[in-house]
Amino acid sequence: MHTTILEVNELKTYFPIRKGILQRTAGFVKAVDGVTFRVNKGEVFGIVGESGCGKSTTGRSILQLIKPTGGEVLFEGEDITRLSGESMRKLRKDMQIVFQDPFASLNPRHKISRILEEPLLVHGVGTARERREKVAELIETVGLNPSQLERYPHQFSGGQRQRIAIARALMLRPKLIIADEPVSALDVSIQSQILNLMQDLQQSFQLTYVFIAHDLSVIKHFCDRVAVMYLGQIVELADKESLYREPKHPYTKALLSAVPNPDPEGSRERIILEGEVPSPSDMPQGCVFHTRCSMSEARCRSERPVLIQTDHKHAVACHLYGSSAV
Amino acid sequence: MAVPLMTIQNLQTHFVTDKGRIPAVDGIDLHVRKGEIVGIVGESGCGKSVTSLSIMGLLPKPAGTIAGGHIYFKGEDLAVCKEKRMQALRGDEISMIFQEPMTSLNPLMTIGEQISETLRVHRRKSRKEAWRDSIAMLQKVGISRAEGIVREYPHQLSGGMRQRVMIAIALCCEPELLIADEPTTALDVTIQAQILDLMKKLNEETGTAILMITHDLGVVAEMCHRVVVMYAGKIVEEGSVKDIFHKPRHPYTRGLIRSIPRMDSDGGRLYSIPGNVPLPGTITEGCRFAPRCEHAFDRCMRELPELLEQETGHRCRCWLQT
Repeated sequence: MHTTILEVNELKTYFPIRKGILQRTAGFVKAVDGVTFRVNKGEVFGIVGESGCGKSTTGRSILQLIKPTGGEVLFEGEDITRLSGESMRKLRKDMQIVFQDPFASLNPRHKISRILEEPLLVHGVGTARERREKVAELIETVGLNPSQLERYPHQFSGGQRQRIAIARALMLRPKLIIADEPVSALDVSIQSQILNLMQDLQQSFQLTYVFIAHDLSVIKHFCDRVAVMYLGQIVELADKESLYREPKHPYTKALLSAVPNPDPEGSRERIILEGEVPSPSDMPQGCVFHTRCSMSEARCRSERPVLIQTDHKHAVACHLYGSSAV
Repeated sequence: MAVPLMTIQNLQTHFVTDKGRIPAVDGIDLHVRKGEIVGIVGESGCGKSVTSLSIMGLLPKPAGTIAGGHIYFKGEDLAVCKEKRMQALRGDEISMIFQEPMTSLNPLMTIGEQISETLRVHRRKSRKEAWRDSIAMLQKVGISRAEGIVREYPHQLSGGMRQRVMIAIALCCEPELLIADEPTTALDVTIQAQILDLMKKLNEETGTAILMITHDLGVVAEMCHRVVVMYAGKIVEEGSVKDIFHKPRHPYTRGLIRSIPRMDSDGGRLYSIPGNVPLPGTITEGCRFAPRCEHAFDRCMRELPELLEQETGHRCRCWLQT
């Protein structure tokens, strides 16, 4: 039986829209609007969606880097949305994040040795010597040379910087890493190096990943289970094989068909979605996707579908599958 | 065979920096025929964007200069063309769209004014005519409420809409060549599909040739007839899209194709090219890919191979192929 390491229940993160000189709240951007999922220990859980779907906000809300408006985040059974600052700080040892842009996430004024030592210092781990040893050990683990520790971030390429960011995330031996678009800023030939490295580290450090990306091929390659988000909600959640073989939600189908096929003679059956993603400050009534859905009917415009299990590996939030619900 | 629309011969574009002269584009030969879609693919720093800026005469001055070679467009050498002549050509016979539609549109002008401007400058249309044509052009690129959009400003539009507007501006004078530099990189995949679909349709309808610059092999496979692969300022391989994807010859092209995660294969480890993309200005003797190539031998380190034709239309720069 799988053990759950992370459980997210009805997570909501709203950002207020302020207007006028009094900065009165005029409405909310519902970046994350009722997201529920579980992540098992040792798995790679993917969150995929287009810009503005709330995937990054979900990642940050889990880590409490953005305070969620509502819902629960249970890490190893404990609701961390209610934790005090001090206990949350302790818990951060177990949960780390790797960001998209390795140019912005490393302090340009610090040497690599300092950047890697910092998490240990903050959490008061080890003596100066032990820390140095640990830093040297991890820099090698991510495929760089200890002789490079006395350099500054600008002396490294994008791929090398992402290796450093990964090493920093590993310094405290976390159990869970949230990787927010970790390879999307990298060149194609470097992207595969980093994905392979992350795969190796998962084995050797027994990590669980929440892997956030917009690239469906990368998600397919890397993840075990995948949640597809649209306008702050999960529209489909399934095992990777099941999702890619038999996408159910009309949005997932369109999304998968839109990926350019790197084979000039490959199939080109494409569902071109009409229009644009509605604004998350003014969400459509009913199903959030109905404004662009070719299958929508009256019910979709009035009633929001809930995520229902169609079989033990697949869940979808769509009225088309409502009747076959178990 | 007819004379190509554009022929680039031994183009060399150099940048002067505090570290000295950097040959960002180092002797490339390339041609685009009428109605053809040619892709230039490569990673950051390979010189693909500098090539496009050289053609358009838009190199950042004074750092970037064309140090040698020719760019013949319908018989005229753009490499030595006067700025005034370039201004007449740009937007008329050759147009360009960029990656970031927000920075390439003027935030202070309405969409209608921006399209009209092009038509009035190049086609000497009256204000009224130009406005009417702008609306027609927006409809052509698939904008449904064109009458409203002409009165709006760029910030009021989404990324996909802005890129459609850019395409409308680029195509309003029916150019013979459209240069598209990463036109869909900043867009979401469903919007990318819309834009690629539109570009392909316009190419088929109007016969505008497209030079497509991208790092995305998927986009290349979808769009292009012919592909040029660049690495560190040089062309390493050139061929029809089928040859490049089904019979790649250069180890770099092969490595690139093998290192992309694919939708039709499953998990496992990805192939990865060791090492890093060389920084401009750090280029060594011999084959530029040799330091990262698993097949490299002595000669590769010493001598630069020529770009040689292997079979009709398929050229490759590699000692293994000679």
